[in-house]
Amino acid sequence: MPARMLVLAILVMLSACRRSDRSETTDPHAEGSGGGAILTAPQQEGYASSAYHIGEGQRLFQWMNCAGCHGPHGGGGMGPSLMDAEWRYGSGMSDIVRTIDGGRPNGMPAFHNRLTGQQMWQLAAYVRALSGLTPSDAVPSRGDEMSSKAPITQRDPDKLAKPGEPY
Amino acid sequence: MRSLLALLPLTVLLTGCSGVQAMSEGAGFGSQLFNQLMLLFLVVTGISYALVLVFLTVAVVGRRNEGGEARLKTLLIAWVGFILIGLILLTLVSFMSDRREAREGADQTPLKVTISANQWWWGVEYQNDDPTQIVHTANELHLPVGRPVQFKLNASDVIHSLWIPALAGKQDLIPGRDNDVRIVPTRIGRYRAQCAEFCGLQHAHMAFDVTVESPKAFAAWYAAQLKPPPEPTDPGVKGGQDFFMTHACANCHTIAGTPAGGRTGPDLTHIASRSTIAAGTLPMSRGNLMGWIANPQGVKPGVRMPAVGMTPDELHAVASYLETLK
Repeated sequence: MPARMLVLAILVMLSACRRSDRSETTDPHAEGSGGGAILTAPQQEGYASSAYHIGEGQRLFQWMNCAGCHGPHGGGGMGPSLMDAEWRYGSGMSDIVRTIDGGRPNGMPAFHNRLTGQQMWQLAAYVRALSGLTPSDAVPSRGDEMSSKAPITQRDPDKLAKPGEPY
Repeated sequence: MRSLLALLPLTVLLTGCSGVQAMSEGAGFGSQLFNQLMLLFLVVTGISYALVLVFLTVAVVGRRNEGGEARLKTLLIAWVGFILIGLILLTLVSFMSDRREAREGADQTPLKVTISANQWWWGVEYQNDDPTQIVHTANELHLPVGRPVQFKLNASDVIHSLWIPALAGKQDLIPGRDNDVRIVPTRIGRYRAQCAEFCGLQHAHMAFDVTVESPKAFAAWYAAQLKPPPEPTDPGVKGGQDFFMTHACANCHTIAGTPAGGRTGPDLTHIASRSTIAAGTLPMSRGNLMGWIANPQGVKPGVRMPAVGMTPDELHAVASYLETLK
């Protein structure tokens, strides 16, 4: 009888051996490589709460040198801080993608065509996570770089944007 | 008998013990020494093993006899003596091999190469005191035969390990620090290196070709690498170049002599002269190049390169352009 229970327990545990779904393979034409099409991407909510895409966005934040102006953790520098509750152009996923795609006055360059649609959505997902708009179970618990600062999951919620704002 | 027959298919595995990615190739001073050491260890430990089996058989089969203690004592002393001599021999020879490897080629100026490992490709930089003589490439290594190479190893994301079995042992590449390894290639040929530390989903697809060639051929290759690729004249190829420069490609890849200067992806300046693409994943061919660009995630799931949306015409143009980067 205990043997049967053991087999049963192992079978139950096997169900955990499935890798989480990741939309690594995407149709670039559906998401566009920039421009109007990407701003209405239907999967934006999926990006905003996916740990994988937020992680990829974190990497792109370094790769594309966003950190050069916004600070290594989005704390601001030459460019505005991305980890507070203030959003000049809206906190929605498509607002952020529009900012990355088309640029904004006072120095934000346009990445139109320079990033694929998926990369912009991933970056937007990370930027939202920086200011606490994302459920903390989806946010990376540590940065990719060496740092003495607390990870973005442990920031003071009073200083961050209020969660629950629409995508 | 039947169990022996069952072992027969396993001998097929032995055929894996030669070729471009095998220690037994002995194409470098390090791997030659290793093979000699391996043989010596095999002989010494093989004799010990045979002796243990003989003692065991005698003990099982033989009969307890009166007054045999004296003989047993002699045998035991001989056995301890053999182990002692064997261990001292192996220790000494290991130490001497290590010293010999360090001395080999010490009279020559080593070639200095920095290798930086990334998920999942290799960046290669040939150092030179003159900054105009530095060569950047990726996923390939050309080495002159007989000259020691001093590698500086680092990683940008996770721990990787450089292993060129035919030439030498392996060394880890660790983010945030520099490691060293010195290799002296001794035989001309083409070999293969492979990442030897699990580094993520595509760890298996993180290899590169190593070409050991004559100093003259190496100098010719080096000179060719220093030159930027030819400016396209054909309108189709020019269109491919324009697409490359105005889209996401140029954000991550470098092509010398063009505005493309990204360093987060492999240097493509002379990609058409390499024998593989995507870090040893696919042989270099127009078909593979197009398949790779059209859907990198289909070839190497999880790879950092995104699929850039393009029409079939644009894909053809980009592939044509990359093929001119000789």
